[in-house]
Amino acid sequence: MTVESVFPRLEPLLPQVQKPIQYVGGELNSTTKDWDSVQVRWALMYPDAYEVGVPNQGVMILYEILNERSDCLAERTYAVWPDLAALMRENDIPQFTVDGHRPVKNFDVLGVSFSTELGYTNLLEALDLAQIPMTAAERTIDHPIVLGGGHAAFNPEPIADFIDAAVLGDGEQVVGDITDAIAGWKSAGRPDGRTGLLLRLAAIEGVYIPQFYDVSYRPDGQIESVAPNQDGVPAVISKRTTMNLDEWPYPKAPLVPIAESVHERMSVEIFRGCTRGCRFCQAGMITRPVRERSITGIGEMVERGLAATGFEEVGLLSLSSADHSEIGEIAKGLADRYADSKTSLSLPSTRVDAFNVTLANELSRNGRRSGLTFAPEGGSERIRKVINKMVSKEDLIRTVTTAYANGWRQVKLYFMCGLPTETDEDVLEIAEMAKEVIRAGREASGRNDIRCTVSIGGFVPKPHTPFQWASQASAATIDRRLSRLRSEISADKNLGRSIGFRYHDGKPSEIEGLLSRGDRRVGAVIRKVWEAGGHFDGWSEHFSHQRWVDSAAEELPKVGVDLEWYTVRERDELEILPWDHLDSGLDKQWLWDDWLDALDETEVDDCRWTPCYDCGVCPGMGTDIQVGPTGKKMLPLTPVSSAISAPRT
Amino acid sequence: MSERRPRKQRAPTGPPPPPVAQRLWIRYTKTGRLRFMSHRDFARAFERAIRRAKLPIGFSAGFTPHPKISWVGAAPTGVASEAEYVEIGLTEQRDPEEVRVALNDSLPADLDICECVPATGKSLAERVTASEWQFTFTQVSPALLREAVEHLIGAEQVTVQRLTQTGRKSVDVRGPLVGASVSTGPSSDCAIMTMVVRQSTPVIRPDDVYAALHDVAGLVPPVPPSAVRLRQGDLDAADRLVDPLGYQP
Repeated sequence: MTVESVFPRLEPLLPQVQKPIQYVGGELNSTTKDWDSVQVRWALMYPDAYEVGVPNQGVMILYEILNERSDCLAERTYAVWPDLAALMRENDIPQFTVDGHRPVKNFDVLGVSFSTELGYTNLLEALDLAQIPMTAAERTIDHPIVLGGGHAAFNPEPIADFIDAAVLGDGEQVVGDITDAIAGWKSAGRPDGRTGLLLRLAAIEGVYIPQFYDVSYRPDGQIESVAPNQDGVPAVISKRTTMNLDEWPYPKAPLVPIAESVHERMSVEIFRGCTRGCRFCQAGMITRPVRERSITGIGEMVERGLAATGFEEVGLLSLSSADHSEIGEIAKGLADRYADSKTSLSLPSTRVDAFNVTLANELSRNGRRSGLTFAPEGGSERIRKVINKMVSKEDLIRTVTTAYANGWRQVKLYFMCGLPTETDEDVLEIAEMAKEVIRAGREASGRNDIRCTVSIGGFVPKPHTPFQWASQASAATIDRRLSRLRSEISADKNLGRSIGFRYHDGKPSEIEGLLSRGDRRVGAVIRKVWEAGGHFDGWSEHFSHQRWVDSAAEELPKVGVDLEWYTVRERDELEILPWDHLDSGLDKQWLWDDWLDALDETEVDDCRWTPCYDCGVCPGMGTDIQVGPTGKKMLPLTPVSSAISAPRT
Repeated sequence: MSERRPRKQRAPTGPPPPPVAQRLWIRYTKTGRLRFMSHRDFARAFERAIRRAKLPIGFSAGFTPHPKISWVGAAPTGVASEAEYVEIGLTEQRDPEEVRVALNDSLPADLDICECVPATGKSLAERVTASEWQFTFTQVSPALLREAVEHLIGAEQVTVQRLTQTGRKSVDVRGPLVGASVSTGPSSDCAIMTMVVRQSTPVIRPDDVYAALHDVAGLVPPVPPSAVRLRQGDLDAADRLVDPLGYQP
């Protein structure tokens, strides 16, 4: 069965929509394979607009790994803006991939990467546009397996009705296992229909099939039990972990976006995992243990990626890039190599210490020094102990002083508001901190035009973190604290004019909180919101808090709970959490102890440099944290120039 | 308060960028599905192609060096073109044909680098002052289109409204119009209009022409017409287009 491209029917509609190029595909390093030459076909979706989705590393990695297999193809699809969605419905054009413009409904798998829960309504919109039944229960043997991955898949319960499967953890290897399972099932003549395939998928480590588990509730609304309803499916699903990053140097040839995207640079992931133990950080908790890519592996990926793309900038990606055991050598090696080639290097995620400024100086040796970003996260020393972000005010002032003295003009500071145990005073201390930064900066630089921007967002308690039990601050509390903070900053005419203040109101965080810690009963709210026209919830111009509140008020009381029950309610130790059967490797007892330590304002060290504190990940995986140093140099050491002298004839 | 030590602003260290040793003029096409690229999208793709092709492109000085690339009036988003022009400055002499092949190999399939010649004499912008367009109207009889075009040519001024990001803008389509003709397309209910327009400010776009034909003759094509820019150049005394890359004595 050859599948027709919808492009001939789509093309006449494109002049009528905004930025038509985003639906056209054909990017450098993209792949379109012959439909009939393969047995298994994946449609990979990032549930947001092209400009956000196309630079996503996860999708890019899986796209390349799957297309390298001769028995498999993978194409990409993104959320369609309302202007084109209306025209597609009018003209009966289903959700399509941008590579082959093939209908998504014809693929074997629709794999959706959820970095954030705010993409859930876009999943429903895509399923509807794709003409795929909205719920797993309605799908037949001829529909794709709808599979969710990414960080949000560590609690996929709110979308349990809409997906057939969720994958926990790293995707590099599990996509191969899933492809093998589908190929085997097809070769065997698709035995036992769709359920037969789902049972085969359930046997793969890291794959969770929600419909094979029944959830029951107590009269007070809490979960009574989560139990398998099929023989042979595991009671607890463990996450997948790619142990040796050097064996997986993807993306080898990154996609070069054809329309402008949010990240116009090439990224090389220098390590995965983080052991800093920041208690609010879901990414740091669920991606343990730390696995470093070697300095030589990084050098090769940068070189190969630049040659394949022509990008002008390389970002060294990780959760805390300065923590790589050989980051100094890496920065120097890359700076030496690309000093003369108009290629800039950046370290997106940095911690507060002076070493970072040295690194940033190295990476911007001959370039503009515009801004440096640090994340103290909490305004007061006390709250930073609660969240285990071990930065003292002295550290911060020393770091920014070094930055301003080295010619950096702007420092951006990230904070969160609404953290557990937080008071108004904790937040108001952010103003003191920012003013002191300006005072120290003016002194160190000898200039009055240096700036500091305070960027602050609402905290959302996330599953698989010590704060999974915490009460989420209400939107009203967050808005009140942010407004007091703003007046406190602007009250100082002299220093305040050098301080920028960026914030989001507490409303989107409240909904993110509902979706993050929600259970299967929240699915009805998501569906209601989508039916009322909700989508692109990550975009302030499309997000409607009222629509979410109204839909929650309509659906949740039917099952005896409400929005606040999911957000501001603090959970106790014995409550069964919706994601307890999904194992991120962290020991629940350790998380609980760490939660109690947080309330006691007791900090925990980084286990990369200090003894193990028994979070449970390493023994559970029969592994250890993997860090260097390897002592190797970045080879080859030949500098690259923009005016490469190619042999002339 | 302590005494402030005035400091000089950081400036790039090291020698100035090497000077441009060779200027090349390039004709490229933008066709097929990639005609939906905006000019900004194309410019970014072109710069990256130069990097992949490892061409010794010149740069401006300063903290944010810009590659020596000068664009001449690009076709609007969504409109195909057989004749777009750009000038690049290299820091070393290269064989233009090798540059053409290297760039062409580094760009996606629907973007072709067709010609590459050394710059000579008057500037590229002076050589590109008018363009020839072709519009294909399917399900429109040539007679009907011819009548509409005659109305357009016969008018003294045809002002149409164009929606821009900042509001409405009035554009006179007749003024810059040098000439237009209508022929029969591959089938009898397909009409082809060919026209030559001067580069005016603002530049006339295909949508303006469609709007003008509607205003003067009520022409409403059942299917949106397709447009392609066939040629660009300077007009000679007889209002003929002169190829900008052809060597003029």
